[in-house]
Amino acid sequence: MTSDRRPDPDQLLEAITGEFKRQAGGRLRIFFGACAGVGKTYAMLQAAHRQQESGVHVCVGVVETHDRAPISRLLDGLPQLPARGLPHQSPSPQEFDLDGALALHPDLVLIDELAHANAPGSRHGRRWQDVEELLRAGISVYTTLNVQQLESLNDVVGDITGIRVREVVPDQCFDAAHDVVLVDLSPEDLLHRLEDGEIYPPAAAQQARNHFFRKGNLVSLRELALRRLADRVSVDVRAYRNHHAIDGVWPTDERLLVCVRADVAHEKLIREGSRLAQRLRADWMVVHVDESRRSRHPLEREALLRLAKLAESLGAEFLSIPGEHVADALLECVRTRNATRLVLGHREARWRSPWRKSLARVIAEANPEVGLILLQPSPPSAIPRKRISRPSVGAKALLLSLLACGLTTFVAALLLRVFDLSNVVMLFLLTVVLVALRWGKAAGALAALVSVASFDFFFVPPILSFHVSDTQYIFTFVLMLVVALVTGQLAARLRSEATLATAGERRATALARVARDLSAAMTTEQIVAVCTDTIAPMFASRGALMLPDLDGRIPNDAAFDAGVAQWVYEHVQPAGHGKSTLASADAEYLPLKAPLRTRGVLALRAEGQASAAEPDDRRLLDACCALIALALERIHFVDVARDTLVRMEGERLRHTLLAAVSHDLKTPLTAIRGMAETLETMEGLSRDERDLLARSIHQQADALHRLVVNLLDLARMQSDGVRLNLEWHAVSEIVGSALASLGTTLGDRRVHVDLPADLPLVELDANPFERVLVNLLDNAAKYTPAEATIWIRAMAMGDTMYLCIDDDGPGLPSGSQPEALFEPFTRGVKESSITGVGLGLALCRSIVAAHGGTIEAMPLMPRGARFEIRLPIGKQPEVESEMLP
Amino acid sequence: MSKPRILVVEDEADIRHFIRLSLEREDMTVFEAGDAMQARIDAASRQPQLVIVDLGLPDGDGKTFIRQLRGWSTAPVIVLSARDHEQEKVDALEAGADDYLVKPFGVPELVARVRAQLRRASIVAGDGVAPSALVFGAVRVDLATYVVTRDGEPVHLTPIEFRLLAALSRGHGKVLTYRQLLLDVWGPGYADRPHYVRVYMANLRQKLEDDPARPQYLMTELQVGYRLAGLGKGS
Repeated sequence: MTSDRRPDPDQLLEAITGEFKRQAGGRLRIFFGACAGVGKTYAMLQAAHRQQESGVHVCVGVVETHDRAPISRLLDGLPQLPARGLPHQSPSPQEFDLDGALALHPDLVLIDELAHANAPGSRHGRRWQDVEELLRAGISVYTTLNVQQLESLNDVVGDITGIRVREVVPDQCFDAAHDVVLVDLSPEDLLHRLEDGEIYPPAAAQQARNHFFRKGNLVSLRELALRRLADRVSVDVRAYRNHHAIDGVWPTDERLLVCVRADVAHEKLIREGSRLAQRLRADWMVVHVDESRRSRHPLEREALLRLAKLAESLGAEFLSIPGEHVADALLECVRTRNATRLVLGHREARWRSPWRKSLARVIAEANPEVGLILLQPSPPSAIPRKRISRPSVGAKALLLSLLACGLTTFVAALLLRVFDLSNVVMLFLLTVVLVALRWGKAAGALAALVSVASFDFFFVPPILSFHVSDTQYIFTFVLMLVVALVTGQLAARLRSEATLATAGERRATALARVARDLSAAMTTEQIVAVCTDTIAPMFASRGALMLPDLDGRIPNDAAFDAGVAQWVYEHVQPAGHGKSTLASADAEYLPLKAPLRTRGVLALRAEGQASAAEPDDRRLLDACCALIALALERIHFVDVARDTLVRMEGERLRHTLLAAVSHDLKTPLTAIRGMAETLETMEGLSRDERDLLARSIHQQADALHRLVVNLLDLARMQSDGVRLNLEWHAVSEIVGSALASLGTTLGDRRVHVDLPADLPLVELDANPFERVLVNLLDNAAKYTPAEATIWIRAMAMGDTMYLCIDDDGPGLPSGSQPEALFEPFTRGVKESSITGVGLGLALCRSIVAAHGGTIEAMPLMPRGARFEIRLPIGKQPEVESEMLP
Repeated sequence: MSKPRILVVEDEADIRHFIRLSLEREDMTVFEAGDAMQARIDAASRQPQLVIVDLGLPDGDGKTFIRQLRGWSTAPVIVLSARDHEQEKVDALEAGADDYLVKPFGVPELVARVRAQLRRASIVAGDGVAPSALVFGAVRVDLATYVVTRDGEPVHLTPIEFRLLAALSRGHGKVLTYRQLLLDVWGPGYADRPHYVRVYMANLRQKLEDDPARPQYLMTELQVGYRLAGLGKGS
């Protein structure tokens, strides 16, 4: 094999990823036939039996027997999934139980009639959507399909047979199937079967024979099915060739653009475009040029929506581009999208003025490279079709313009007494301009005509007659009519452009506001507020942002359905009102897809009139969703970054702590061990020496104990936050308890306790608060000489309790801020022999702060230091007064 | 009088060892048990006059053992516990323990508590009749006549103050929890108002203690309850 026959790497990659996708999901096999009765279900069941024999777990999802014995016999050997019972439903055709199948998770599910429309209230509107969900869940599916049920062939088949099928399957679904098996039967054999009653009961069979099952129909349908399958096979062959480096077939890079008007008749263009695109293997899109929004009729809007839905279901991208000139807008689109072919509805010429070029000609002249395909949009078919009339400009506007002309005539009659007739003509021109400006082109044109007529009738002699005596006036009329029409049209266009610009600007402003609000949001709550307060009102809806919790579950919401939101979140597809999935919900649910993953769901419930139906509003809503998702992702990463920072800070603190603690723990441990060994081994120690050693060990152990207690307290406060067990306590008890627990630590220092007997109770947690006093007193003992005096004082002033621990020692360390003493690992004297990590005061501060109080260190004059705690007193608890005897 | 028999239930051998040494020097007989199972056997066979129990035992909860012991013995029980388990101490006391010691504790304190509990047991069990008068420090309380004197001077107590003092003295040095005191003095409706006890204890201390902030007799057991220390038999 030569090197230039090597396959294109990109194509290979695509093929590989394609394989992957196929392996990841389940496999879809479609048993495809020309019409009912060719034996698709029978073939499917036979294939299922073969699968079951080779050990595959097969399960029958839903299969209609239509009382046909062979089918029932084949069904017998296969396990059946129970049909889903819908409440308030008459025993209707069986409904497939999607959740049941997902829960059972067999290898293969058999589902008859892919095009079936599900009963209202089901999750999806169509059965093929159920199938897609099964495939995504990794369950393979066998299903059946008739050719007339393919969306792109729907109208062709309708034209041939005169019967329009409403239950259709998008071509994407058909094309994405792993394999399609054609179940074929010649028309003669089919008719035999029909006559033998193998398809319908005899009575129905006769009727069918007269209508659908005419031989001509059957031949055409068979041809269509074969051709459609041949298309598919050729694609498969090409894919195979690409894969296996067989050269000779060039991938086309055709791009098809189908231009439609807001008219259901243009559905045909879309279907035709789809077939064409398929044959060309081209990317294709449907474009609608939005000329003027002001006069959009509701029917037009509905038609546009239908076209958009159809285009999307056939796999096209639907674009609605604003523009005053269809040709310019189209040419721009052709250029930016690199379209090679343009499909146009060819219906002009009838009322175009001869000097105005048709759209096709303008485009052909401006861009000769693009291949133009002109189609007749309204098909000559027998099928009654809901034609949408061009929206009436509004009888009201025309009436008003007539009224304006009448008024002008009246005023002109008055003015004619003063002014010349030629000046009065100007008044009519003014009226035409104003009418066109106010009510649009048609009203302007009418006003021009009526004005000329009225001028002739009322003012040109002979008066009150259309006769004109002076031929001069003929020229005046013509001139007046032309001027009136031209200025009127210009004015109307001015107006329509202004409205266009205003509407565009309104959206741009709204989007800018949303973008600004969202970029300013720093918390998820703010984003929620933007959604409910800014975005939802833009679409005249009530909205909610539904965010998943850590497990990816969307919590219940009072106003919206969390179940639907959950589905949307998991499948990243919109659902709810106006969507093909879960359409029975009264609100619409849109996934918020950020670059990394889906961040949540935006729920909107329209208030009053349905909103967001216009393509532009849709685009605005999509843009808003993207913005919200991005904002949510940004905040997620801000949170991640902050958490990391906090963790790093905590880590740093732990390292410092560990270093400090290991020093402070080792010092007393070394001392204890050394002294204990001395006691153990040294013979002949005097009794005094032994007592001294033992006492030192005791003191070191006490110091160690206090350090450990502080550490444990600090660890507990950091791990579960400060959880206080608040009770009303007498300060004197806590002081007493602290003094008792210090025991001999204070040595010979004098301690004066000065607590007024009438001190109010304080609400505090006694144990941590005792720690505060123990630490402060321990400090006082550590940093003062042995003969120092310590005062403990308390007093209540207003609603604050002051508790002071004073000493007359050397005072606070000079040169450092008193507040700095309360930082962890700060000690007045660095690296001294006095143990204590400098945790004591930091712990004191956190405990006091947790009680809503403050602690301060201050120097005393002439010497000494004071630690002052201030605590809020609060409302005293009730104590029933005792009845004194 | 024979040597007092003490049962030490503690899983840590070193602690058991130094308790044994300290108590034997005080002329007491000490039996050691390492777990609750052994403790039950020893408590039944040795008939100890006092039991020291660690709350955290390898094969069960010290409280359960106390409750079982209380089914058939009135011997005082001293509980050993870690510092920050107030509720555990309260539970043990309400299960029937008489006193507690927080680890780490010193030998003198241990000996003092053991002696106090033994003395209390002998007062309660000794003559079978509760004494009508109690003395602590300079204070004398006559439970029969409701007369309280300090240094011979009568002290006026309100009825509740007196009932509180009486409840504490009936405990004879036993630690009484807030709940026990509230139930005893105020009645069942007041069990969740510990500040009542604190207010009245402060009053009692003002009236009976030399230095109310550093009490000698009306001892605070922080977050647990109160204890009347230094109690002697009224003459």
